[in-house]
Amino acid sequence: MEWEPAAADEPGTPGRRRRRRRRRRRREGRTRTVRSNLLPPSGAEDPLANAAKGARRRRRRCGGPQHLADNRLKTTKYTLLSFLPKNLFEQFHRLANVYFVFIALLNFVPAVNAFQPGLALAPVLFILAVTAFKDLWEDYSRHRSDQEINHLGCLVFSREEKQYVNRFWKEIHVGDFVRLRCNEIIPADILLLYSSDPDGLCHIETANLDGETNLKRRQVVRGFSELDSEFNPLTFTSVIECEKPNNDLTRFRGCIIHNNGKKAGLYKENLLLRGCTIRNTEAVVGIVIYAGHETKALLNNSGPRYKRSRLERQMNCDVLWCVLLLVCMSLFSAVGHGLWVHRYQEKKSLFDVPESDGTSLSPVTAAVYSFLTMIIVLQVLIPISLYVSIEIVKVCQVYFINQDIELYDEETDSQLQCRALNITEDLGQIQYIFSDKTGTLTENKMVFRRCTVSGIEYSHDANAQRLARYQEADSEEEEVVPRGGSLPQRSSTGSHQSIRVMHRSQSTRSHRRTSSRAEAKRASMLSKHTAFSSPMEKDITPDPKLLEKVSECDMCLAFARHQEHPLAHLSPELSDIFDFFIALTICNTVVVTSPDQPRQKVRVRFELKSPVKTIEDFLRRFTPSRLASGCSSIGSMATNKSAHKSSLLSTLANDGTLFRLEERLGPPAPGLASNGYSSRADGWAPECSAQEPEPERELRYEAESPDEAALVYAARAYSCALVDRLHDQVSVELPHLGRLTFELLHTLGFDSIRKRMSVVIRHPLTDEINVYTKGADSVVMDLLLPCSTDDARGRHQKKIWSKTQNYLNLYAVEGLRTLCIAKRVLSKEEYACWLQSHLEAESALDNREELLFQSAIRLERNLHLLGATGIEDRLQDGVPETIAKLRQAGLQIWVLTGDKQETAINIAYACKLLDHDEEVITLNAESQEACAALLDQCLHYVQSRSPHSAADKTAGGMSVGFSPLCPPSAAALSGPSPSLVIDGRSLAYALEKNLEDKFLFLAKQCRSVLCCRSTPLQKSMVVKLVRSKLKAMTLAIGDGANDVSMIQVADVGVGLSGQEGMQAVMASDFAVPKFRYLERLLIVHGHWCYSRLANMVLYFFYKNTMFVGLLFWFQFYCGFSASAMIDQWYLIFFNLLFSSLPQLVTGVLDKDVPADVLLTKPQLYKSGQNMEEYRPRTFWLNMADAAFQSLVCFFIPYLAYHDSDTDMFTWGTPITAIALFTFLLHLGIETKTWTWLNWMACGFSILLFFTVALIYNASCAMCYPPSNPYWTMQTLMGDPVFYFICLIAPVAALLPRLFFKALQRSLFPTQLQLGRQLVRRSPRKLRAPKETFAQGHLPGEPKPEPSEQRSISASGSFSQDCSSQVFWHAQQSACSPEASGEPSVVDVGVSLREDTLLDRLGSQTLGSSSPGEVIPEGCPGDSKMKPTSASRAAALSSIFSLRSLSSLNWISSLSLVSGLGSVLQFSRSGLQMDRRDGEFLPSPPQPDQDLQGLSGQTTDYF
Amino acid sequence: MAMNYNAKDEVDGGPPCAPGGPAKNRRPDNTAFKQQRLPAWQPILTAGTVLPTFFIIGLIFIPIGIGIFVTSNNIREIEGNVFMYYGLSNFYQNHRRYVKSRDDSQLNGDPSALLNPSKECEPYRRNEDKPIAPCGAIANSMFNDTLDLFLVGNESDPTPITLKKKGIAWWTDKNVKFRNPPGADIPLEERFKGTTKPVNWVKPVYMLDPDEDNSGFINEDFIVWMRTAALPTFRKLYRLIERKDDLHPTLPAGRYYLNITYNYPVHSFDGRKRMILSTISWMGGKNPFLGIAYIAIGSISFLLGVVLLVINHKYRNSSNTADITI
Repeated sequence: MEWEPAAADEPGTPGRRRRRRRRRRRREGRTRTVRSNLLPPSGAEDPLANAAKGARRRRRRCGGPQHLADNRLKTTKYTLLSFLPKNLFEQFHRLANVYFVFIALLNFVPAVNAFQPGLALAPVLFILAVTAFKDLWEDYSRHRSDQEINHLGCLVFSREEKQYVNRFWKEIHVGDFVRLRCNEIIPADILLLYSSDPDGLCHIETANLDGETNLKRRQVVRGFSELDSEFNPLTFTSVIECEKPNNDLTRFRGCIIHNNGKKAGLYKENLLLRGCTIRNTEAVVGIVIYAGHETKALLNNSGPRYKRSRLERQMNCDVLWCVLLLVCMSLFSAVGHGLWVHRYQEKKSLFDVPESDGTSLSPVTAAVYSFLTMIIVLQVLIPISLYVSIEIVKVCQVYFINQDIELYDEETDSQLQCRALNITEDLGQIQYIFSDKTGTLTENKMVFRRCTVSGIEYSHDANAQRLARYQEADSEEEEVVPRGGSLPQRSSTGSHQSIRVMHRSQSTRSHRRTSSRAEAKRASMLSKHTAFSSPMEKDITPDPKLLEKVSECDMCLAFARHQEHPLAHLSPELSDIFDFFIALTICNTVVVTSPDQPRQKVRVRFELKSPVKTIEDFLRRFTPSRLASGCSSIGSMATNKSAHKSSLLSTLANDGTLFRLEERLGPPAPGLASNGYSSRADGWAPECSAQEPEPERELRYEAESPDEAALVYAARAYSCALVDRLHDQVSVELPHLGRLTFELLHTLGFDSIRKRMSVVIRHPLTDEINVYTKGADSVVMDLLLPCSTDDARGRHQKKIWSKTQNYLNLYAVEGLRTLCIAKRVLSKEEYACWLQSHLEAESALDNREELLFQSAIRLERNLHLLGATGIEDRLQDGVPETIAKLRQAGLQIWVLTGDKQETAINIAYACKLLDHDEEVITLNAESQEACAALLDQCLHYVQSRSPHSAADKTAGGMSVGFSPLCPPSAAALSGPSPSLVIDGRSLAYALEKNLEDKFLFLAKQCRSVLCCRSTPLQKSMVVKLVRSKLKAMTLAIGDGANDVSMIQVADVGVGLSGQEGMQAVMASDFAVPKFRYLERLLIVHGHWCYSRLANMVLYFFYKNTMFVGLLFWFQFYCGFSASAMIDQWYLIFFNLLFSSLPQLVTGVLDKDVPADVLLTKPQLYKSGQNMEEYRPRTFWLNMADAAFQSLVCFFIPYLAYHDSDTDMFTWGTPITAIALFTFLLHLGIETKTWTWLNWMACGFSILLFFTVALIYNASCAMCYPPSNPYWTMQTLMGDPVFYFICLIAPVAALLPRLFFKALQRSLFPTQLQLGRQLVRRSPRKLRAPKETFAQGHLPGEPKPEPSEQRSISASGSFSQDCSSQVFWHAQQSACSPEASGEPSVVDVGVSLREDTLLDRLGSQTLGSSSPGEVIPEGCPGDSKMKPTSASRAAALSSIFSLRSLSSLNWISSLSLVSGLGSVLQFSRSGLQMDRRDGEFLPSPPQPDQDLQGLSGQTTDYF
Repeated sequence: MAMNYNAKDEVDGGPPCAPGGPAKNRRPDNTAFKQQRLPAWQPILTAGTVLPTFFIIGLIFIPIGIGIFVTSNNIREIEGNVFMYYGLSNFYQNHRRYVKSRDDSQLNGDPSALLNPSKECEPYRRNEDKPIAPCGAIANSMFNDTLDLFLVGNESDPTPITLKKKGIAWWTDKNVKFRNPPGADIPLEERFKGTTKPVNWVKPVYMLDPDEDNSGFINEDFIVWMRTAALPTFRKLYRLIERKDDLHPTLPAGRYYLNITYNYPVHSFDGRKRMILSTISWMGGKNPFLGIAYIAIGSISFLLGVVLLVINHKYRNSSNTADITI
């Protein structure tokens, strides 16, 4: 930084300096001062600047060096030198590491050492080394991605070369001048000093920061915007004072002090933030204020977080149990040793070894030593390798999740990212999902779907089909190519994108390898997402009927345009249509840009707020004489702007003010058309028309909200194209009428209370002042001009209203966002009257907002309804299906949205979160008391109905109690419980301390909860509440900055990476491209990760306990002297080397249930929620088994070698081998899928053990004291007893486990185990039809209808599977008394569903089941569907236990079924077995023989 | 156990790695490994699938057990080479401090270790400023009773049975692990010069046996003793009684007379001494346990198999056909 060295070139007087210093110091704490780097360190400057500079320099010197970060990004933790100490320091923060090092160091104390000290250190060092290596690698990849970002280029002004030169990002310093071009990423936080935009505006897209896709406007610092020439950095001498770097994205304060001493304020509108992208502005120049790590973007990036997973917490608790166990064992041993010493010492027994000085230890001292030694010997009980193994397994799991091709999104070319490495298994235990709506459930792409104009609905079927096509294209994962639409549009898209593609290819290339890094991601996403540019949103296929009408009125108007009242020639309907489209086109704030060239504006300056500034202005402009010329002047100015500007600006550059004045007040510019509108040929600048023969120019619309853009695109599809918008006029292009230019008098912006926006325009055709209002139907319908029911016109109008209302309701049901379009014609008097008050309101000092609001309300009344639109905020692909699946999986889904209630409810219906059949409790309270009362009322209601429904529907009671442990699924799935909709205000009340319990209780009872209008803070509060009060695992998913807080609070935060910016992703643990990937992430990967890790942790505990057990039992035979029969080398490396690999392989690869089964049976997910795999009970059972196994493995060798001449280590080695075999066999029982890797790992382990043992035992004849196992293994391998005990001990140890496993599996199978079975069954199903044909069935035989079943069963040949046949019969005959009377009942109404099942299972086995195919069966949203999938197993079990075996008879004779082992599902109308969360019902709810009410399915597999 | 090789076609998930060009660069590879679709055997442990295992275990173990049992029980007749053991009980040779108390380098004949034994030998490292050879508690507590066996054939003239001293230790111990200090031509006494005998010993190590090949550290009684027993009740091989010829039994029936030179105090630790004569079979000394264990485990396994069979028959339908409830 060039200005740093200048230290003392302007000394002040000491006293003044001190004073100043003091003052400055105070300010130093809060502010930062920035000035140009281009100024020479000293030199001829004007005194004022010198003074300012001097002051600054003194300040710098006095306040100590104000360190300003440069723009270099450095996210690495270590340097080469600091790595070792720093890393070790960090590793020792982990308690376990400290413990192990402590144990290892204990070995250095001779009195207590158990192992050779060096040896004991080995495992700890190994683990530290592994972790260190991992850290090093991570740090290196961080370094690499930093490098890439640091070496991005941008233009920086160079003092030497007096021009902008290309520099790397990292070379940018505070005070540099940076020039950015369109679509470039901003490299640092820059104060905007110049924009190519004539208004000194600059648009940036902040999607990378806050996730908002709309363009934000930034303004050149006041004082610089007036400059017309290109900004010259060399002349910049001002000093900028601003805040210290902070992470508040929404705030920036400061002031700029010009050399003439004037100050100007700086606001966030002047600041370009790092990571954002320049849009729609050719070039900007700014001075860097904050660079590198001091930029707001980076201050907001906290990096990956460390979370502890629930499983890990549980595991840590069990580790503590192990510690306790260890202490107990050691204590026991110590006491034992004390007694032993006491008994033998005085007798001077031969084997007693006194201390080196010849004295004997007292029993107490001996006991203490023994205690410590025991802790060392039994240290394996605390699984040292567990932590490192878990980390390895998690890294592998993350790798596999990242690699899953099904989680790869073709469209955005992104796959799932795991940002948190250590909570993968939490994904398998989620109970509550909190989802954002916009952009998460929906695509945040608004698409015009249909509309109704003056009571006639235009269904836009072609448009619907087009949308469906996109849907298809999406689901086929094809690349989205623009389909349909007009050619020019497509070419425009193409050309527009080609620019971006260039940029993108650059940036993606440089960032390809840094997928996890935020900024790299940003860069690569840079140009992919421009707001509202997808062809889907743009290419609307018009409804032919409506299009016809539009062109008709267009023609008509074109014909009649020179007449006095052109609109009068239209029928009311056509007139409405015309107005409707005009309203669509102009009633918004959409900015028109053409992508090729940056927007240029005519320099006409009215006040932005209100074009009509004063009454005089109004009077002047609205006097008839002025009318035509005024309008046309405005119109022509727009069209001729470029020529105008280029010619005039160059000459009058220095006199801009004058010029503008002239323009504003002066006579009309040349080239006018006469009547307020100009024909196209006139309107276009010559070069434009020459270039573009087509009537349509390529245009892009940039809107504040996607709805607006959608409407404008819709209007364009009807050839009513918005071509230009300035602050005071809007131009609309019509095919026959040409360009119409509306004078925009006022824009009354949208606000959430009015729920509407209006524009006031002067119609060029009629000169009338029109108000077009667009707003929510609920408000607009109330503002309509009341019409009398007497006359026909009024009745007609009424009819139109009611029709429109009907259509609106229809739209809402379809989940469309509805808007009403209305119009009001103002007479001049009315307008003048209103204008008066409006201007007063505008000029009011206090209460201005309120007055403006009132003013708007005064205007927006007595409206004439034109029509309504239905806009689809398209749901993302597969959202309803995903939600259905997640529901089935027992997850309760809450939607927390900032959107308004109507929209939220619409979307909730659309994505099947709400069902039209079910009740919706809506909580809208105005006050705390009201909220409390409402809550009570709702609670009462819910409670009164839920036991009722529970009694109706289920045999057992529903869990109504407010117990935190009660899984949410119980409430969610039993019966049609109501849904809760609550708005933000009520939510605020409900979240108060005294109400939160009630609210939570109510919410728990509800099937789904929808929080509308909630603030980000409320979102996080809700999540926090559920998390803390219900002790539930929560997942929050969102895409925007407003979801960040909730993502951070939740146990698992998921960010959507595809749609909006990176803010959510940066805060998240996992980033998915689309919502639907959540299904696979949770149901498949979550389950797997949880199951794998749970099993691995259990196995670890088992293994260590079992191993320690062996040593402990030995203590009884060695006087509790902490002696170990296992060679210390084996003891130390056993866990690390011999037995580690197989469990890692299993931990990484084991799949208890295959993915397709998990997806078709989402309810299997509940096992994770209920922690079925790893519970305290399982843990203790596991430990008990370990104890038993160690007993077996100890005492079999003990007895086999009892009273023999074997020595200690020759006896210990077989025990080690036995332990190894037992571990592997145990793992074998636990392993569910054996891939070659598992086999290899097991083989490798055994091989490694024997190889190591053989080499070790042959290596040195006098080393390795005390065991000195020379030739031991070799001798043992010549001893048959060794083999015999190695065979019997593991078998004996594992027999009980195997037996009980088989028993449990056969008698009380868990859901997961049943799920596994499906895999085995399904391949047979595939074969089934073929075999049927082979048996002589007609291939073309129709699927059996209920009535035909008998004949089929009669004609069916007997099955090949005789055994099963026999078995069925045996069963039947055993129970025939009951059964014999029943057949007639059984056969009635049985429908064979085999075909569907075959199909389904077929697709399942092929692994190509698309969600759409499978889901309809089990979709809980649809109550009619429910029984089929819901009641299968329960009904089935009841069939068997009902012993109504007549059905079996029937089955057995049906060769199709029993012979081929296929699935038979016969369902009956009636009983809807209720899903009780995942419980298999061993006995039927109604143990009578009434089969009428059963619906069920039997499955038979062999 | 049920076999089900679930070898899925690798290509079924779509075209492998779509040739999408650079735009599709992040698409994960569609390989069986990365997509976790490796062909796998997926056993399901149900009564039906597991019961063959139990039967097989039973069928294998019971014959093995019978075989072992018979072999073990056949070690009755004193035929072939007879092994003479001494047994000690309640003697904790596996005590942690005891086990450590030796210096393998010294025993290996390392001259420097001979004169400067390892610290592990404390307090039996030095005596009267001289290094103890062999040092350590193990050596110090060496069993030093002498057992002689006589056949009382004809009245008062018992014929001594020839007890072979050599060949009772592991070959590797005798020839690799234990070495006398170097110096082939120098008398053994010289080689141990500068050392002193263990405190409890009567004679120094080089006088353990007149035969130089069995004296010093390579004395086989010593080597056997140094192999610390695993359990407090143990036996150690003392002598071999070699069979003379095939015609006569090694120890013919008759009255035998055991002469014990009692040096070794066991009373202090409630120990007991035993002398065992035994032959060994192909699988070691007599120990009926292993045979019984095999038979027992085999039977249990078989029994469990039967239980499973019953269960399988009884509950197969319900468990196998039950679907997942929701």
